[in-house]
Amino acid sequence: MTAGYIFSKVCARGGLNVFTATEYPSLIRGGHNIYHVRVEERELTSPIVLVDLLVALNKETIDLHKGELTHGGAIVYDEGTKLGEGEVRPDVLLYPIPLQKYAREIGEANVMMNSVALGASVALVDYDFDLLARVMRETFGGKKGEEIADANTKAARAGYDYIREHFKPTFGHRLRRVEALRRMLINGNEAMAIAAIRAGCKFFTAYPMTPISSLLQYMAANGRAYNIVVKQPEDEISVINTAAGASFAGARSMVATSGGGFSLMVEALGMIGGAEVPLVILEGQRPGPSTGMPTWTEQGDLKFVLSASQGEFPRVVIAPGDPAECFHTTMDAFNIADKYQLPVILVSDKYLAESARTMVPFDERGVGIERGAIATEDVLAATKDYRRYRPTDSGVSLRSLPGQRGGEHVATGEEHDEYGNLEEDAENRRRQMDKRMRKLEYVARELPEPKVYGAGDSDITIVGWGSTKGPILEAMRYLEADGIRARFLHLVYLSPFPAAKVAQVLDSSRASFMVENNKTAQMAGVIREYTGRKVQHNILKYDGRPFYPHEIYDAVRRTIHGH
Amino acid sequence: MVTKETFDTKLSPHWCPGCGDYGAWRATKMALASLGLEPHQVLIVSGIGNAGKMPHWVRTYGFHGLHGRPLPVAQGAKLANHELTVLVVGGDGDGYGEGMSHFIHACRRNSDMTYMILNNGVYALTTGQVSPTSEKGFVSKSTPEGSPETPINPLVLAIAAGATFVARGYTGKTEHLAKLIVEGVRHRGFAFLDVFQPCVVFNKVNTYKWYNERVYTLGKEYDPTDRARAFQKAYEWGDRIPLGVIYREEGKPTMEDETPQIAKGPLVRQPLKGIDIKPLMEQLL
Repeated sequence: MTAGYIFSKVCARGGLNVFTATEYPSLIRGGHNIYHVRVEERELTSPIVLVDLLVALNKETIDLHKGELTHGGAIVYDEGTKLGEGEVRPDVLLYPIPLQKYAREIGEANVMMNSVALGASVALVDYDFDLLARVMRETFGGKKGEEIADANTKAARAGYDYIREHFKPTFGHRLRRVEALRRMLINGNEAMAIAAIRAGCKFFTAYPMTPISSLLQYMAANGRAYNIVVKQPEDEISVINTAAGASFAGARSMVATSGGGFSLMVEALGMIGGAEVPLVILEGQRPGPSTGMPTWTEQGDLKFVLSASQGEFPRVVIAPGDPAECFHTTMDAFNIADKYQLPVILVSDKYLAESARTMVPFDERGVGIERGAIATEDVLAATKDYRRYRPTDSGVSLRSLPGQRGGEHVATGEEHDEYGNLEEDAENRRRQMDKRMRKLEYVARELPEPKVYGAGDSDITIVGWGSTKGPILEAMRYLEADGIRARFLHLVYLSPFPAAKVAQVLDSSRASFMVENNKTAQMAGVIREYTGRKVQHNILKYDGRPFYPHEIYDAVRRTIHGH
Repeated sequence: MVTKETFDTKLSPHWCPGCGDYGAWRATKMALASLGLEPHQVLIVSGIGNAGKMPHWVRTYGFHGLHGRPLPVAQGAKLANHELTVLVVGGDGDGYGEGMSHFIHACRRNSDMTYMILNNGVYALTTGQVSPTSEKGFVSKSTPEGSPETPINPLVLAIAAGATFVARGYTGKTEHLAKLIVEGVRHRGFAFLDVFQPCVVFNKVNTYKWYNERVYTLGKEYDPTDRARAFQKAYEWGDRIPLGVIYREEGKPTMEDETPQIAKGPLVRQPLKGIDIKPLMEQLL
């Protein structure tokens, strides 16, 4: 996995665009692991299936992936691996090199093999070895890592030289450095973590779970530098209740989990809805039901997230589509949670959370912090009769924080009166319920409308939400090359649902396609519920893998052209 | 000058007449007054059950959350603003049933707060089912043939889990209970109080009379700092049942001590403007 990261970073440093995708089983070590790196000069938004250069550290990798190789593609593998007659297509170039031998000579065989192969790969694509050496030094270096970095660089050099000395430069794919903006190599988790830090998140709790563990680790690693309390409580029930306590006390708070952990949080979700406590919750989806396929991707939790917990309370649900959107929507999430005193759920998935890609640093202009109606002691002193849950036009009431004189009240998820006292009177119930739900009318007014990409005047519409954005955008390029002009309606702010815009776009579509990473076209159902409109065709994928652009392209083309 | 009345609310509790919760309520207000605390400095967190309604009837800040979950809420609030005096109140179903794992983890974290369980050995809000502290053989609506289970010993559990102040009170001895609460609040670290609280409606075994015949108050001769003796004392049950501080350990760092992010002041007072994320983005270049 580290080797794939280093290769990506080396490409990014050379001004190239990179999109990476990882596949790994739910094992600590071993099993079949893939790090797929796609490199081009233009901006990339999606992984693809095809492989030009396959680095196979074992025979199994060749068996599983030789079918993905392009014409004239190549395999780098250990010279000790024997390939039978006709086992690989004749157009595929073979580069058997002494991976194991060099690795054993330099250090720990299994680890060093990666570095030998990295050097060989850089030689094959005629790229910059010095850049590789520099990135290796950064990755392995540091005080303790000097020796490790030296050994790995040596191993890479051996692989690099071996290719140069033993093979003619027949491999058709070359990489060259280009002058370009400096770009980050960043995934969805990192983008959300950086946004949370920027937004003034002061309290972060999570229980480890794929695919959000790296977000927990990122926050923990930066907790000291940014004075953020980062804790890993005993379970997800404690995760959300602890964060609810911190938020109630006045700290901007966030939790992260996946579907299984979110299931445990559901009761507290309703509690904070009823008690009107702000909280940002990340639900990084992976395939269910239950433990499902823990290290793979899916968009199967949409309806669950939209309706989780008993009873009715206001919530906002946001599903960003790429790391830049992860950054901006996470900033938004903190502001919305504070301004409207409600839970905001960010929805990502394994694919978005863990796929790193190149992006220019985030634009912080226009990014601000809005904490909403929080009282000061002066205001409380001037308020004779402070009522925490006083109904207002917007439904938002002045929030006092524990420690503030004159703001004493009880926050509770049980039905209460304006002061927070338990109250089950019918009229009071209606008043408090209306007050809470009224907040959504105001939230809806400030949420951005869904964006329409591509040919806005086209009557062919592809609808997607969250992380399918990248593959859909790339599929549109393929379609356009094929003479099919399509537009793409991308849903990011999902609840409150942007019904008017969706209805307007669908009403002006001759053909519409719903693209979703799930079995039952959940978003198509939601659209039907809120707009009465039916998206005509569903393009669904639920095998744990993200969409590849050609799958969307094929499905749309077949429908439009009938073949 | 704060008095017990400072903590009165406009509403009066609606527990059953004779309920042990009244004693705990009075003791809580007496303790807060004698500590000289003002209402805004105190946060009472509770779960669901009759005991969980306490915050509504003591004028302080309150958080009345979910069944079994007050401890996580309290720990989050304490980390966010460690200047608050945090009291957590729950019942035996709340704390020893639904919320047991939070109890054990809170003990080992030594979070600086006082956790009071009003233990009546029965589920009373749901009108009379067996509880984790019901005695073996206890006949209830959900155990008509008697409970087959051995009750939990909360004191032993708390000592084993790392709580640094473990005590037992009795709502029939309000002033003694108030003193225990005061000691618990003054203790730096996790102070746990298991409080006998007779339920006059649904527990016909552990009545005021039953307790009055058995309880005695630990005297000066008992040394609560000896962990091995504390375990022995915590097991004492039957004809004589001890009240008072069973175990005390001073000087162990609290969860808040172990959180350097709040060493210079409460989290809630840290400025949010101008947080510079450029170094984070540069790391990814």
